[in-house]
Amino acid sequence: MARATTPRRKAFNTALAWAVGLVIFFPILWIVVLSFKTEGDAIRPPLEVLFDAAWTVESYGVVQERSNYVKHFSNSVIIALGSTVLGLLVAVPAAWSMAFVPSRRTKDILMWMLSTKMLPAVGVLYPIYLIFIKLGLLDTRTGLVIVLMLINLPIIVWMLYTYFREIPGEILEAARMDGAGLREEILYVLTPMAVPGIASTLLLNVILAWNEAFWTLNLTAANAGPLTAFIASYSSPEGLFYAKLSAASTMAIAPILILGWFSQRQLVRGLTFGAVK
Amino acid sequence: MATRHARSAARLMMAPAVILLLGWMLVPLTMTLWFSFRKYLPMRGGDLGFVGFENYVRFVKSSAFWPSIQVTLTLVVGVLVITVVLGILLALLLDQPMWGQGVVRILVIAPFFVMPTVSALVWKNIMLDPINGFFGHLWRAFGAQPVDWLSQASMGSIITIVSWEWLPFSTLILLTALQSLDREQLEAAEMDGAGPIARFFYIMVPHLARAITVVILIQTIFLLSIFAEIFVTTGGAFGTKTLTYLIYQRVLESQNVGLGSAGGVYAIILANIVAIFLMRIVGRNLDR
Repeated sequence: MARATTPRRKAFNTALAWAVGLVIFFPILWIVVLSFKTEGDAIRPPLEVLFDAAWTVESYGVVQERSNYVKHFSNSVIIALGSTVLGLLVAVPAAWSMAFVPSRRTKDILMWMLSTKMLPAVGVLYPIYLIFIKLGLLDTRTGLVIVLMLINLPIIVWMLYTYFREIPGEILEAARMDGAGLREEILYVLTPMAVPGIASTLLLNVILAWNEAFWTLNLTAANAGPLTAFIASYSSPEGLFYAKLSAASTMAIAPILILGWFSQRQLVRGLTFGAVK
Repeated sequence: MATRHARSAARLMMAPAVILLLGWMLVPLTMTLWFSFRKYLPMRGGDLGFVGFENYVRFVKSSAFWPSIQVTLTLVVGVLVITVVLGILLALLLDQPMWGQGVVRILVIAPFFVMPTVSALVWKNIMLDPINGFFGHLWRAFGAQPVDWLSQASMGSIITIVSWEWLPFSTLILLTALQSLDREQLEAAEMDGAGPIARFFYIMVPHLARAITVVILIQTIFLLSIFAEIFVTTGGAFGTKTLTYLIYQRVLESQNVGLGSAGGVYAIILANIVAIFLMRIVGRNLDR
């Protein structure tokens, strides 16, 4: 029995929800608008910006010249993808064995892994900094790939574990009865069922790594800095810079915004460690 | 059907993850603990020997310590109240039938995917700047004197920025929880004469209680270590120095590693107190 909603009520809900949604989205919308204006126009009152000022793409070119967007973008891609893929390589076997061959200690291990995620980064900042200097990892992409892999590893293991646990064990027994060996079991039965979970985990963790802004700010300089650091270089203003800042911001968030919209569900599961689904 | 063979294979498969995390946890933690008991000034003489608990005492006694605790609590509690209350309201709204629900949902969750440095910089300059910022223009349009938000209402500004980043998270989780609510239960209550307010407090709130707890705990853990938002906007000035930021300044800016490490140990203890509660809830879920 679906509840009947009057058209009036629905129209009211729609208007209210759109208004609220647009208010929340406004800062993002506004930087996209400003990024297509000249510096002089970008600081005019909002209505003039919208209706009076010409549209241009010149800021995008300036940003690339001034702070080499392409280099920082590729750093972000390498660091986010590298750390996530590396994390998956380590986590898939672990989550797999915990989901399919659970022992008495599985739960304790999972909880302990979660607890490492709670360690405040600032508490271990100097040791990591020191280790990085000693190993020559400061301001290298390799160093960041390793650190981001480690900080996201608990989330990766947990997400995979909750996905793998949903694969029914009976299906394995059925495969065994049909004469499948361990190799066939993994290759033809489990892998196809696990791929969606692995893909979701990949997606969410790429987003988390892309936006990570403690280690990326503190462990990089000019060389390996991803987009988080590229943007921070705009924190000391130099004359008019709204259009440039907007263009740089738009370019930094656009790729991940698009990925993010595909990952709403995974976000809930991944960040609540399966506690809310 | 887990044979001994399978068990040892399972242990082998788990080993890399366990060893890596163990190393990641133990090595830096041991170093932090070690430094916290030493007078260690990398730029001014290096490691000057064992000082017992002096760093711990000095960190707490410094004039910046209690204000930083206060700022941290204000930030965490302020953001939690705003995101949970608005999150519930938004989740209720988004759960209603409407046109374009998918698009509204996208608009609402978008801020979560904006990297912290971008949201901080955009808010600082393009929204809050008193001369050229959006609110400056808006204030002038109504004939009011624009406010320099980040220096005059610094905590309020930072709470606004951080709430803007985290509201999508709480909304999304509460919405997910709301959608798993049994509709028939609501209808039954309605037929028994429960009004909308009674239905909200007696059916929805108890159903959401767990999700709310999870939101509070997870956000607390992330909020305790807020860094980029302060780094980019005020740099800890105007009374916005959180515990995390204070430790960061001690360690990297004034290069007093011993003192900073003692602060780090305090931060770890604080985070662990929160973590214990979160782990209990998550752990209960595992037994299901």
